[in-house]
Amino acid sequence: MDLLDLMKSSIRAPGRLVNLLTIDELKGIDVDTSGATIGALATLAEIADHPDLARMFPALALAAGHAATPQVRNVATIGGNILQRPRCWYFRMAQYPCLKKGGDTCFAMDGENKYHAIFENSLCAMVHPSNTAVALLALDAVVRTAGSGEIPIRKFFVTPDQDILRESALAEGELVTQLFIPATGARSHYLEFRERQSFDWALVSAAAAAELEGQTLNNARVVLGSVAPIPWRIDLGEIAATDEALDRAADEAVRGATPLAKNKYKVQLARTAIRRSLRELARATE
Amino acid sequence: MSAPAEEKSSFVINGKSWSGAVHPLKRLLDTIREDVGLTGTKEGCGEGECGACTVFLDGQVVMSCMVPTCQAEGKQITTIEGLAENGRLHPMQESFAQEGGAQCGICTPGMIMAAVAYARDPGSAEDMREALAGNLCRCTGYIRIFEAVKKAMAK
Repeated sequence: MDLLDLMKSSIRAPGRLVNLLTIDELKGIDVDTSGATIGALATLAEIADHPDLARMFPALALAAGHAATPQVRNVATIGGNILQRPRCWYFRMAQYPCLKKGGDTCFAMDGENKYHAIFENSLCAMVHPSNTAVALLALDAVVRTAGSGEIPIRKFFVTPDQDILRESALAEGELVTQLFIPATGARSHYLEFRERQSFDWALVSAAAAAELEGQTLNNARVVLGSVAPIPWRIDLGEIAATDEALDRAADEAVRGATPLAKNKYKVQLARTAIRRSLRELARATE
Repeated sequence: MSAPAEEKSSFVINGKSWSGAVHPLKRLLDTIREDVGLTGTKEGCGEGECGACTVFLDGQVVMSCMVPTCQAEGKQITTIEGLAENGRLHPMQESFAQEGGAQCGICTPGMIMAAVAYARDPGSAEDMREALAGNLCRCTGYIRIFEAVKKAMAK
């Protein structure tokens, strides 16, 4: 779908397209005690409505269910979702030769940057648009490909500094075939803030995951969406599940933010998203 | 892109088999309107934002402006023309007409398709709003549409 969007906006003009929807091996969701294996062509609707995913990996089911509309979720695939190009309006308008299109300027830096990055934004201020990428990173997923084999999701998304023309570590011609999420017993949650109640891109989203022991969150991590050119992971290690400790962690996590002229509000939203998503994990203990 | 090459395409639309020569990337919306000749399905934005072109593809709502015809190959399509049975409007269509759920009419076919899909697995008022969130209406303010859906389901 994203590719069709880009073609309609005259951003891409591929000479040849391959219809992957005829490859049944890329479809389906399989959950067992080791984890979930999700075909690259599994739709967001299938993921959002899958009872085992909702039980074992709620962050992912929630992230998929929050995306777009029923019509979109019925056709949008998880593979396509994590490989979406930036929604930055300067990137999406053919008349702006921005860095991401091989030009030499990031027009968002001094332009309309309300929806842009507050971290890792010194070169290009795009934000990664995928909801599910945020959840998959919090859940330590593995991207399986026809090509290099397996790419840990932590290495899958690349910053503009690493490669200005691409957002993933996929090689030319390399195809995502499956996503694997290991079953670790971690609790997880996903939430997002947006301007409209539905059918809107997140201003800031957050997926939190941790193992719970008594009143302590172990291996706690939060991944923020729509704040950086990649899903923005914050590892918190072991943390007491008290409001005070979680608030302190949230404050610490946004301390390094470098907001632009029109997106300072995102720092506060990010702080709130971290607190609320972690509190949700703690609340589940009671 | 290289010169368009048409290919044979086949699907079932409103219960009838159809086949013809279509460029594989032609929007299903255009194939339905121009090649099949069913113009009930409308184009609004043409870029997957408004839902006016909503049809069922294998029973699921999709926006036909975002589906290349090759991805409908061998599938079942239902359009607004396929809802009436034995010359009688579908209860959802009747309800939209009676409750003032349609004004200019451009969003109406897509809105009704989404509403019929919702009615198969209904939930709370919030679920109804989410089910119709992908269909924009610039006339009604949605209140009469929500009333129409509720009335149709009460029948």
